[in-house]
Amino acid sequence: MWKFLLPFAAFVALVVLFAFGLNPSRDIHALPSPLIGKPAPAFTLTDVLDPSRPVSNAALKGQVYVLNVWGTWCAACREEHEALLAIAQQHVVPMIGLVYMDDRDKAKLWLEQLGNPYQAVAFDTDGRTAIDWGVYGAPETFLVDGQGRVIYKFISPMTEQIWQRDFLPRIAAARRGGA
Amino acid sequence: MKTPPRRLSACIGAFALALLGALGALACPAAVQAVDANGQLQDQGLQARFENITKELRCLVCQNESIADSNVELASDLRRQVREMLVAGKSDDAIFDFMTDRYGEFVRFSPPLEPKTLFIWGAPFVMLLLGGFIIYRVARQRSRMPLDDESATGP
Repeated sequence: MWKFLLPFAAFVALVVLFAFGLNPSRDIHALPSPLIGKPAPAFTLTDVLDPSRPVSNAALKGQVYVLNVWGTWCAACREEHEALLAIAQQHVVPMIGLVYMDDRDKAKLWLEQLGNPYQAVAFDTDGRTAIDWGVYGAPETFLVDGQGRVIYKFISPMTEQIWQRDFLPRIAAARRGGA
Repeated sequence: MKTPPRRLSACIGAFALALLGALGALACPAAVQAVDANGQLQDQGLQARFENITKELRCLVCQNESIADSNVELASDLRRQVREMLVAGKSDDAIFDFMTDRYGEFVRFSPPLEPKTLFIWGAPFVMLLLGGFIIYRVARQRSRMPLDDESATGP
């Protein structure tokens, strides 16, 4: 009995392992953020468009907001820009930009030429804010709830489908829970 | 995955810098790994710890490189972070905690020994025991079997 059962059990275990490990729809490079459920790291930076204007996420406390990390060097950020503009048009939540590893003038030009979906765009001069948020590639989009906790992180270009599928339900839930 | 174009541009950038370095215009970061503009840490002990820590931290942009080896900007930002924390008197554990709090356990090349990683650390020993047991069983079974020449030597 064992002679047959044991190899069969091993076979089933391997099938389960491979079904998970070799699943082509799983992005092996995507990492779960340890920040989920934790307080959003505080930052106080200056606005890309106006260096004299401070941008701080403390000012957003009590609101659900989106933080989108981008840079002009990032092709995938260019790719998602139209989607961000369309999403901003819906005025669901404030969208804050965080420019990362970039040049202020280039970022400014990008917004002037392509349109600005952001309520404010923080300029991360030395990459420290990005480290606090665990950013390792752009674009990255975080969702923060009314208590200032990170509730979701999406790594990859944003699309309107992803916005509807992943973000809108979470925003609605955060508002229901945190009102 | 959105990073390959960046990785490529980082390589081109490193190459361009190397060229400039050869021209004596700039130090070449590719040649002097983990020692960027700030240079080495003055304190030998700190420098040794710096090298160990940065070898143990994964560069998340190019996931099979350590931040000691990588030329990507994020790696150099993280090296600066490690250096600053060392100078500020932080322990190695505090530095690793800082990184895993932000980037997750994946940032460390060797997972720490704790209940949820017990399987990873224990698996080799379990395999060894299992293998030993199977060999023992097979050997015992075979030792009970008649020898080939015994059975072959018929009447």
